[in-house]
Amino acid sequence: MSLIEVKNLDKTYYSGEIETPAVKGVSFNINKGEFVAIMGPSGSGKSTLMHILGLLDKATSGEYFFDDQNAKYLNDNELAFLRNEKMGFVFQAFNLLPRTTVLDNVKLPLTYSKKEFDHNEKAKKALADVELSNRLDYYTNEISGGEKQRVAIARALVNDPSIIFADEPTGNLDSKTGKQIINILQKLNETGNTIILVTHDKEIAKHANRIIHLKDGLIISDEPVE
Amino acid sequence: MVKAIIKSIKISITSLLANKARSFLTMLGIIIGIGAVIIIMAVGASAQNLVLTQIKSLGTNLIGILPGHSEKESPLNAFTGFSVTTLTYDDAMALRDKKNVPNIVDVVAYNKSAGTAVWSLNSYDTNLSGITVGYLKVEGGEVKIGRFFTREEEKNFSRVAVLGSTVKKELFGESDVVGQRIKIKNQSFEVIGVMKERGIVAMQDYDDQIFLPIKTAQKLIGVNHLGLIRAKIDQKNNINRAINDVEATLRERHGITDTSGKSDDFTVRNAVQALDMITDVTNALKYFLAAMAALSLIVGGIGIMNIMLISVTERTREVGLRKAIGANNSNILNQFLMETVVITLLGGIIGILLGIAVSFLISSGIQFFGYDWVFIISPLSIFLAIAVSTIIGLVFGLYPAIKASKLSPIEALRYE
Ligand SMILES: Nc1ncnc2c1ncn2[C@@H]1O[C@H](COP(=O)(O)OP(=O)(O)OP(=O)(O)O)[C@@H](O)[C@H]1O
Ligand SMILES: [Mg+2]
Repeated sequence: MSLIEVKNLDKTYYSGEIETPAVKGVSFNINKGEFVAIMGPSGSGKSTLMHILGLLDKATSGEYFFDDQNAKYLNDNELAFLRNEKMGFVFQAFNLLPRTTVLDNVKLPLTYSKKEFDHNEKAKKALADVELSNRLDYYTNEISGGEKQRVAIARALVNDPSIIFADEPTGNLDSKTGKQIINILQKLNETGNTIILVTHDKEIAKHANRIIHLKDGLIISDEPVE
Repeated sequence: MVKAIIKSIKISITSLLANKARSFLTMLGIIIGIGAVIIIMAVGASAQNLVLTQIKSLGTNLIGILPGHSEKESPLNAFTGFSVTTLTYDDAMALRDKKNVPNIVDVVAYNKSAGTAVWSLNSYDTNLSGITVGYLKVEGGEVKIGRFFTREEEKNFSRVAVLGSTVKKELFGESDVVGQRIKIKNQSFEVIGVMKERGIVAMQDYDDQIFLPIKTAQKLIGVNHLGLIRAKIDQKNNINRAINDVEATLRERHGITDTSGKSDDFTVRNAVQALDMITDVTNALKYFLAAMAALSLIVGGIGIMNIMLISVTERTREVGLRKAIGANNSNILNQFLMETVVITLLGGIIGILLGIAVSFLISSGIQFFGYDWVFIISPLSIFLAIAVSTIIGLVFGLYPAIKASKLSPIEALRYE
């Protein structure tokens, strides 16, 4: 059963007179439990696609079904609910809250959740999953880049999402730290999470079980990793 | 609903604590504004209390009879600058008669003017109070040196004078006074006594005056009427009966047959009425000043709105992130709104404490100078301060909060 269903998806940016078609009619499905890597040259529309899949942006035309719900017809509250309960997003730029502790950053999605559980326990468990139990009370400016990205991953998985989007999560990290991050994502995938990962790095893409290549807003290949 | 609000208050407080310096600076306008309101209300209430207790100390079983007609609650004709000539010395003496007013203790009649007193090379401008002997019984006051004048002297146009302590000091310094002759308006007067110091009570300086027998004073300025009669009644409970007797007596003497009061050519007021009037006036003043201070709160509110708008812009990425991880529009709206309300409310509470502290210092200072100043903080002013600061937070926080909540998550995340 498909968790994600994309049909003829288009995204064009308009800034004044200038039109920039970023995604030009792509179609694909992603099933529960898959680990998909999206690759392609800079400007090929990878981030644009990720934002639409992550319900952060809307398509210009075409259909996007998440969990059989058409994104077109979801209102602000429903979108927020899905982002909160079903999705986790990991950004290249970490996007942690400044002047806030690691633990509080990870707890953030829970404050918007309607589920009832112990926020501290839940956040500590997520941080243990990324091996950061020893950094709970550090402020985000007091930890390394690799640690920041692990905090971001903990934040993405703290509310038990069904899918994690990671847009170049290793882009700002050296290869060794990048490896660590990928290993964590792979482990998450092995425990049942669906993962979509954008990367430029072939080595990293190999950890996925399927690679989609984009170029100029079009899918040029979509193949499993052997 | 309640849970959601508690949640957004929690989020706001966490966020405010993450920016302590900015939060405090934002609060400053409210702290000062609320502090000013509290101080003005407190000092106003204390000053009012001081004036009222002083007036009460003059005795609430006094009634005043003024020349001229006036409506019950309106300012007296006598205050509007006309000189009304309907009360005479004989009216005052008639009121003194227990056959007319059984509950009377005594009356004092006044005719006040101003003039220069001269002794040897010294001269001094002061108030000339033409009074009757009843003064001591009605107004209180003690003679310190010498004696007061007698009824005989009052009736005989005697040229005798009793000095207030300030006048004594200014004219004579340390010299002996009794038996000396001073000149007022080129007439010579014998000084027969000096009054004990009494200070300023209810805005009237008791020590800066020369007391003359009323008839002498009337002759000196060439008039025949009185400015005021004060009557002391034996008991508070009898005041209304006494007022009726006074009115009846004066109507009879003035040939007024209309008992409705509409044709009266005099006005009777009692101290309770006067207290009410002064309370009204001082209340109006107090609230006016507090309103002025409250106006400064609006300025503070605009300042807060300004800073919140900057803060929304500064934190655009934060808003984007919060939306990306599941905040909906109303979560963001509540967060920013609550941040402003928490700022103004906290500022309000700090302002209240500061205001109370400063008012307390002020009242201690004034007490130090010997005034009977009571430290008063009314619960109403605290309630108002809290309500006003919350409302300011809601009003001035709304626009920035709406602005923040409408940001699109991806645009916000992309903002740099
Ligand atoms: N907000 C925007 N307004 C206008 N054009 C945009 C906007 N965002 C992206 N684009 C354009 O859309 C195209 C696709 O951009 P996108 O960010 O999706 O590329 P990408 O594949 O993620 O590139 P990179 O690997 O460099 O991150 C680019 O040509 C880019 O200039
Ligand atoms: Mg990109």
